[in-house]
Amino acid sequence: MSARDRILAKLNAAPVLPKAAPEIAAWYETHRGIESAAEKAARFRGCIEFAHAEVYAVSHASWPQKLWEVLTAKQVDKLLVAPGTAHGQRAIDVLSASGIACRGYEQPIEAWKEEMFHDIPASLTAARGAIAETGTLVLWPDAHEPRLMSLVPPIHIVLLDASTIHNTFYEVMQNEGWGIESQSPMPTNALLISGPSKTADIQVTLAYGAHGPKELVVLLIGEEA
Amino acid sequence: MNEHALNFMPSEGFRARSKEVVENPFLRQSFRGAMDFLIGKRAAQFPSPEELETLRTLGEQIRQYNLGKLPTLLVQLEASLTRNGIQVHWAETPDEANAIILGICQKHSAKLMVKGKSMVSEEIELNHACAAAGIEAMESDMGEYIVQLAGEKPSHIIMPAIHKTKEEIARLFHEKVEGVDYTDNVDELIQIGRKVLREKFLVADIGLSGVNFAVAESGTLCLVENEGNGRLSTTAPPVHIAITGIEKIVEKLDHVPPLLSLLTRSATGQNISTYFNMISGPRKAGEKDGPSEVHLVLLDNGRTQAYADEQLRKTLQCIRCGACMNHCPVYTRIGGHAYGTTYPGPIGKIISPHMLGLEATKTMATASSLCGACGEVCPVKIPIPDLLMRLREESFSAPHANPAMRGQGAGYSRLITGIWQAWAMVYRSPALYKLATWLGSRFNWLVPSNQGPWTSVRTPLKPAPKRLRDLLKERA
Repeated sequence: MSARDRILAKLNAAPVLPKAAPEIAAWYETHRGIESAAEKAARFRGCIEFAHAEVYAVSHASWPQKLWEVLTAKQVDKLLVAPGTAHGQRAIDVLSASGIACRGYEQPIEAWKEEMFHDIPASLTAARGAIAETGTLVLWPDAHEPRLMSLVPPIHIVLLDASTIHNTFYEVMQNEGWGIESQSPMPTNALLISGPSKTADIQVTLAYGAHGPKELVVLLIGEEA
Repeated sequence: MNEHALNFMPSEGFRARSKEVVENPFLRQSFRGAMDFLIGKRAAQFPSPEELETLRTLGEQIRQYNLGKLPTLLVQLEASLTRNGIQVHWAETPDEANAIILGICQKHSAKLMVKGKSMVSEEIELNHACAAAGIEAMESDMGEYIVQLAGEKPSHIIMPAIHKTKEEIARLFHEKVEGVDYTDNVDELIQIGRKVLREKFLVADIGLSGVNFAVAESGTLCLVENEGNGRLSTTAPPVHIAITGIEKIVEKLDHVPPLLSLLTRSATGQNISTYFNMISGPRKAGEKDGPSEVHLVLLDNGRTQAYADEQLRKTLQCIRCGACMNHCPVYTRIGGHAYGTTYPGPIGKIISPHMLGLEATKTMATASSLCGACGEVCPVKIPIPDLLMRLREESFSAPHANPAMRGQGAGYSRLITGIWQAWAMVYRSPALYKLATWLGSRFNWLVPSNQGPWTSVRTPLKPAPKRLRDLLKERA
């Protein structure tokens, strides 16, 4: 008998009565209200700013200008972008004229891991959506915008459309049908990001920039300043 | 605390280790301060008692529902993960788990493994197994990295280096990390760790992580963290190995949000952790990063024993938030190392006997005042005080056939049991009780004045020269 069979045999031998399925939908219905888009955007912003992210209100037209301003203010001369995405292309078009180099994530990481870890000061990705309750960005990295883009560069800039902000994590899953083959089958990696990387492992003193990005910048489209 | 190597005989030396901490005012202050901080942060996250109570009930329901279907869900998880391209391995013992992990490492001729935080990897002592096989296993969680540099073990499951001051860490970095000057600035210390570990993430052959929730339906491994080292460990190296206890499983994705909310709010008082990382497969064709191989090791190590008994099964509801230790008056005074087990504090006291047997852990359940704080704060309502009582019963009752636990009766003493039986007999019979109290009051001069630890700070206990019934008689 294999370890698998022995473990399963022991578990199956236990006298276990099945329990009723948990009533998750009912709990959220009673404990989480419905909010307007503006309320959700405001709550999202408050929470993620509390977690030390920078948030700028922009429009579909104005975000590249704000991106340039942010990069210039932070003295960043190189930005990692996803050329296979519309926003990546737009960043390339706008920034290349301004002296900020755009590095496209075009090859598998093995071909340029060293450069990624040592020579990329910032990156730009889009968020798939967000969660107001916790100030959380939802990212589903893919072939165009791979996983490490939101992790290795010290500054991570995220484009978020305010209309994609949901109230709770539960609501995002339900509305988008996460894990349902015909709606949103799970990607290889789904991420919730709620601020720059941090730790309180030394004497419970909070320090930012542990292993992931030291700074997180959100360009919030739709909530024009 | 260093000199007491953890030898997996926690009952041995528990008193000596506790005494050492209790007599060290700095250590006591560190634990007290940190626990007060965490207690305050948690309380601030749950302003509504009604919300907390109903959410805890929901958490309990989710965990009990899933444990109720555990064997079915494990098979379903295996099928979903396999479909997603994740390889599943099963291990009954720590040795088996280590052999599986080392086998994968050797297949890839691995020299360096970077580790995200995993208590199960501590449970199986993976770092020792790696060292013996010539593989460098490097902890990458800041707290774990500090503890590993110091040659110690975590003293708290969420905050591994909570027993160290920043000055101690500053000296440690200065001595152990090449080219580092002494600094006790916390930001600078973290940046030193970041710099060292980035180079490791860049070149590591294997990334190892734990699992917070494994979702059976979708075949998804979920990880909770703040630092980004968990994401780096599971994304940067070409191979990712995850290891988890068989109980950390939920059937559906929508079971995750309530448990995640309970976990981060109870653990560190955060409404959510910085990262929640959901892995459902290795790199797909066309993707440019992520590991090309992902493995999951499912570990039993005594969990099936807890599962077999309805009451003990509740132990497996745990989501490892650490709130029970943060609120435990015993843990706060003696710290995590005194217990001598991988999991300290109240959760350690109820889970370790299944992993190590009661022979090695027979007195663990007695290191409690049964104040009940652990059960009150548990986000999934594990009745920890009841389980502590049960484990005392299992340890100290006379050995019997078909015990529910390995090592049942390990603490049994005929003398002590005899004394308690005699005591019970005296208290059940009015005549015997009358006689016993008469003897006690008349011969109270026979009571020794040295009564061990009691008289070290108190006056000796002596029966009164006159019993209550004597005084009442005088009054009448």
